[in-house]
Amino acid sequence: MLELRKDIFADERDDNLKEIGKGTQRQDMLGHVTGTSPYFDDHKLQGMLHLKVVRSAHSHARLRRVDTSEAERSQGVRRVIRGSDVPRNLNTLLSLINFGKDDEPSLAVDKVRYKGEPIVAIVAESPREAYEAIAKVKIDYEPLPAVFDVEEALKPGAPVVNEVYPKNTFTYYETYDHQKLRFGDADRALASADHVLEQRYEMSPIEHAPTETNGSIAAPDTNGRYIVYTSTQALFFSVDTCAKILDVPSNTFHFIGGTVGGGFGGKVDTLTEPLCILGAMLTGRPVRYVFGREEEMQYGPPRGAERIYIKDGVTRDGRIVARKIRAYFDSGAYTRLSSYAAVKCAAHLPGPYTIPNVYGDVYCVFTNRTPATAMRGFGVTAMDFAIECQMDKLAHLVGMDPMEFRILNAYRDGDMKAHRREAKNTALIECVQVAAEKAKWPIREEFKRMSSRKDGGGARAAVTPTPRETHAPLAAPPQQRTTYDRPPVATREPPPPPPPPVSPPPSRPTAPSHGATRFSSVFGTRRR
Amino acid sequence: MAKTALQFRHNGRDVAIFVDGGTNLLVALRELIGDMTPKFGCGQGGCGTCSVLIDGELHLSCLTLAETVAGRSVETLDGIKDGPNLHPLQRAFADNFAAQCGYCTPGMLMAAKALLDRNSQPSRAEVVEAISGNICRCTGYEPIINAVLAAASVSRARA
Repeated sequence: MLELRKDIFADERDDNLKEIGKGTQRQDMLGHVTGTSPYFDDHKLQGMLHLKVVRSAHSHARLRRVDTSEAERSQGVRRVIRGSDVPRNLNTLLSLINFGKDDEPSLAVDKVRYKGEPIVAIVAESPREAYEAIAKVKIDYEPLPAVFDVEEALKPGAPVVNEVYPKNTFTYYETYDHQKLRFGDADRALASADHVLEQRYEMSPIEHAPTETNGSIAAPDTNGRYIVYTSTQALFFSVDTCAKILDVPSNTFHFIGGTVGGGFGGKVDTLTEPLCILGAMLTGRPVRYVFGREEEMQYGPPRGAERIYIKDGVTRDGRIVARKIRAYFDSGAYTRLSSYAAVKCAAHLPGPYTIPNVYGDVYCVFTNRTPATAMRGFGVTAMDFAIECQMDKLAHLVGMDPMEFRILNAYRDGDMKAHRREAKNTALIECVQVAAEKAKWPIREEFKRMSSRKDGGGARAAVTPTPRETHAPLAAPPQQRTTYDRPPVATREPPPPPPPPVSPPPSRPTAPSHGATRFSSVFGTRRR
Repeated sequence: MAKTALQFRHNGRDVAIFVDGGTNLLVALRELIGDMTPKFGCGQGGCGTCSVLIDGELHLSCLTLAETVAGRSVETLDGIKDGPNLHPLQRAFADNFAAQCGYCTPGMLMAAKALLDRNSQPSRAEVVEAISGNICRCTGYEPIINAVLAAASVSRARA
C-alpha cells in the first residue's frame, strides 16, 4: 500500500489531502471488466473495406519502378493508392508546433529509407484479398548503401539517409547540427581532477508492443465529414496531422478515441489514420487499417536507440568536478519526435547533481533504421541509465558507498544548475535517504543528517567562466552525395544578432489561493 | 469461396453462421456473431487476449478453426455476467484495480474463470500458472493475481 512520508518537508504542505493516498476507481473500469470498452476495432461498419500497405523490402533503395497493374485487377481490390494520391505527401509530426522540416512521405515515391517503409496502399473487400493483391505489386529497387550506426552516419562519406537533412543530423534553429550545453570549464577541471573515468553506454531500440496493435477505421459520415475510430494516444494531434496531410480543414474529421489498448508512446505517430481516411475518401466506403502483430513489432516505431559517452572528473573525497557528455539519439530514417528527444536529453544533463563544470553535445542522427518515437521518458531514460551506472562506478573508484556518494553530490536548494537556473524544491537527498532506509542499506550518520535545504547555494551557486569556443566555418555537408540528392541549400541566413541584454525578471505574481500553483515547482513558490 | 454452415452454442444460446474455410474462431465471434469481447492481440497464440472457453476448457480463439467448434459450447466474457450483476471475478477485478488499458482483461478473466471452475481455492502459484499464457503489457500482474485470489475467497465465504 502507498505510504506517504509526511514527516519530510512537513512544513511545506497542506495536510488536508482528500484524494492522495486513497484508492479511487477508474471511470472506465466497468467497461474493462465487462469487455465493452469501445476500442477502435470494436466498430463493425456496413460495407467496410480493408487497407493494407506494401512495405519496402530494403533499408535504403531507389524505387526505379512500381507496377501495380496486376494488383489493380486482383479480385476484391477497390482501390490502389500511391504517393501521388496523397494531397500533401510530406510531413513531419512536430510541424504542428513549427519545429522541423517536412521530411516523411505517407507513401514513398522515389526512395525508401528504412525496411518496411510504406510504398503502396491497397484497399480491398477483405484482408485476405488485400494481401493477395500486395503479392502482385512489382517493385524494382536499386539498393543504396545503408547506414545503421549513429557514429558511422556522421562520418564523411556516409550515405545521406534523408535529403531534407543532408548531414544526417537534425538541424536546430536552421543552423546547429546538435544540442550544446556549456557550463564552466570542463577540460580544465578534468585536467586537475584526482580521477577521470570515461565510459560508453548504449540503449537498444525498444518496441512498445501494446497488446492492441496500431490501427483506425474511417467512414464517410452523413454530413460530408469523416468519422474516425482510432487507437491514437494523441487525438487532437492526430486530427491536425491528418488535416495537414489530406489538405482539408480539421473540422472535416470527427475523431473518436481515448480507449487505447496500451500505448506507452507508440501510438502518437498517426501511423494509420491519414491513409485510412484517404481510402474512405477515394472509395466512399468505411475503411479499416490495422497493423498485424508482425507489422507492429517490425515497423512500428520503437524507443530510439542512444549511445552516450561520459567522461567525469572526481576528487579523492568524492566530489564530481567535471562531467563531459557526448550523446547520439538514433532517430531512424525520419524525425518524428526524436528532435525533441535530443532536446530533453540535453536538458537532463548532468543529472540531479551539482557539478561545477559541465560540457554536453547531443546529436539527433538519421540512420536507415525504423523511425523512432516517444516511449516513456524518451531522451531522458537512456541518459539516466548511463548517468546512474556512471555514479556507481565513480563511487567504486573513490571507495565510497554509492548511496552516500549520491547524497554528497546531489543538488540542494540554492545551487546553480548547469543550465544556469537556480535549483529549487530539490529532494534527491531525502529520496536516497528513504530508499536506503527501506532497503536496510546502512549509511553513515552524517549522511542521514544531510538535507536538500541545508548548505546549498554560496560557492555552489557560482558560475565558473566558460571559455569561448572557436567555431570552424560552416562548410558544405561532408556526406557522400548521389545524383538523387537535392543540391545543398546554398543560402544560409546570417546568424541572428545577439539578443538584447536581459532585463530584470518581472516581479513574481502573487500566489494564487489554490494549492496546485502554490506548491508547484514551476511557479517556484513552494520554497524560498 | 464456398462457405460452410456452422452451428454451436455461444454463451448458452444457439447460433448458426456460414464461414469461409480457414476462418478462425476469433473472427467468427467478432465479425460474424458480433461478440467483441474477445480481442485480437497477435493472431499467433502469443498473448492470450483472445482466450475463450470451449466446453469449459481454455482455448486461444485466434488459433482455433471456427469449424472445430461445431456442436460445442463456446463461452466468452460477454456470457459470464448474471443478468445485470457482475460475476464475482469481474467484481474482484474492479475492486482490486486489476485493469489498466483493459485490453488483456477479457482474456485474463476467461483464464481466471477456467481456473476457478476447476479449482475454487487455488494457491497464489496456481493463479500465476493459470494466467501465464496471458500478457498484460501494462504489467499489472500483481493486482490481477490479487483479484483472482480475492474472488476465490469470496466464493469460499459464500460456501
